[in-house]
Amino acid sequence: MTVSLLKLEGVEKSFGPKKVLRGVDIDVAPGQSLVIIGGSGSGKSVMLKNALGLMTPDAGRILFDGQDVTNAKGKTREAMRARIGMLFQAGALFDSLTVWENVAFRLINSEGMRRKDAKERAIETLKKVRLGADVGGLYPAEISGGMQKRVSLARSIISEPDLIFFDEPTTGLDPITADAINDLILEMVRGLGAAAVTITHDMASAKKIADEIAMLLDGKIIWRGPAKDVYASGNEYVDQFVNGRAEGPIQPAI
Amino acid sequence: MQNPFQLIGRAVLGLFAEVGRLAVFAAQVKGAAFTPRWYGGQILSQMVKIGFYSLPVVGMSAVFIGAALALNIYEGGSRYGAEQFVPSIVVLGITRELGVVITGLMLAGRVTAGIAAEIGAMRVTEQIDALETLSASRFRYLYAPRFIAALVTLPMLVALADVVGVMGGWLVSVYGLGFDSTVYLRNTIDFVTMNDIIAGLIKAVVFGGVIAIMGCYQGDRSQAGATGVGRAATLSMVGAAVLILAFNYVMSTLFVEIGL
Repeated sequence: MTVSLLKLEGVEKSFGPKKVLRGVDIDVAPGQSLVIIGGSGSGKSVMLKNALGLMTPDAGRILFDGQDVTNAKGKTREAMRARIGMLFQAGALFDSLTVWENVAFRLINSEGMRRKDAKERAIETLKKVRLGADVGGLYPAEISGGMQKRVSLARSIISEPDLIFFDEPTTGLDPITADAINDLILEMVRGLGAAAVTITHDMASAKKIADEIAMLLDGKIIWRGPAKDVYASGNEYVDQFVNGRAEGPIQPAI
Repeated sequence: MQNPFQLIGRAVLGLFAEVGRLAVFAAQVKGAAFTPRWYGGQILSQMVKIGFYSLPVVGMSAVFIGAALALNIYEGGSRYGAEQFVPSIVVLGITRELGVVITGLMLAGRVTAGIAAEIGAMRVTEQIDALETLSASRFRYLYAPRFIAALVTLPMLVALADVVGVMGGWLVSVYGLGFDSTVYLRNTIDFVTMNDIIAGLIKAVVFGGVIAIMGCYQGDRSQAGATGVGRAATLSMVGAAVLILAFNYVMSTLFVEIGL
């Protein structure tokens, strides 16, 4: 039996009276690409932050490679994060550092690699996401949104993680750039043999990069299945969401 | 309508909770600052930002404060025929109080608000989350370098403010009020003691801590986009200024008690 690389069991999270997660159960196997879809405010980002240890759940457990990391601190948390990459929705590149310093940040500041060696690795990784060495010397504010996503992708894969989280990787990009990002994600994830958890509401992206798709609604996973079945799920909530209809059981978030 | 006792109770509890959160945060920053690992490049960079770039504002403030102090002491002293005390009161006022308080307040505006705005912007753009996911503690990478840099540079800036402030008093006294330059400087040097200078420098270290921690604390708690970042900058500056004045009074009282 394969041990899940990441497993969330009954995870709950509230902010004051607002219950955002109401018992999320989900798991990801090594090498698997899972896409979690859901509308705005459904709790996708909160779930991801709990899984990463940026928030602590009110109830439930989070297991990483079989180890309970729900309340992990110090070296246990660091060891877990060393095996995880993360691409943030807006890139979250450090403004005060150049592109190559952003990409090599973990190598220099967490793994203690010499700057010269780290720069070489960063330039190599930038090439993998189709960015030239000349971009390495620029600051994030000097490059486009699509390039920032690629830099963020390079930063998330440079230490060859076992699991990569993608938070809305195509949001704010034109369809062509978005598709190019999807291709890069597929290429990088397959190249590394890493597991991937992507949260998105972009169905074109979900279909392209997912092995399986799960839908989060009102803080619970309401459906999960192979990506090819998402348009024939037999679930009225999933049907409404994937077909982008305003009419149906889900009320638009306006 | 709410019971006034409830309102007062809620405000008092809120104040205690805020003080508690600030104390825990300060302890975490101190813990990160005094235990390895240290980010040398970040510390140096912050020393330049906090110390070097504050030189003009501190120097300008100190020279005008020293000059105004000399004028006012001369004006007040002349009513009792005590104009000769201008050099001694100027140097005492600058080294024990005004040099350090003015430097602290100027840096509360320039540095504390800047730190809060920078860290607040990093918070709302998820850069701090990114830092944590890259296995770098925000306390070690962001806050401890600012804290260490402020602790080290504030006494240097205050030493400069002391010298420049006394020089401001000397300029006005010699070129405006007719004092003899040599006599003025002799009176200044004879009157000031090492204790006066040390008292100011001890305060400077404490104010350095307040300036860095208030900026980091409010930036770390920043929420809700541009409005939240603006609010964090304002709160940090006001909080640091009030704490500087409060700590100044407490320390002045303590120094008088122990004869420093």
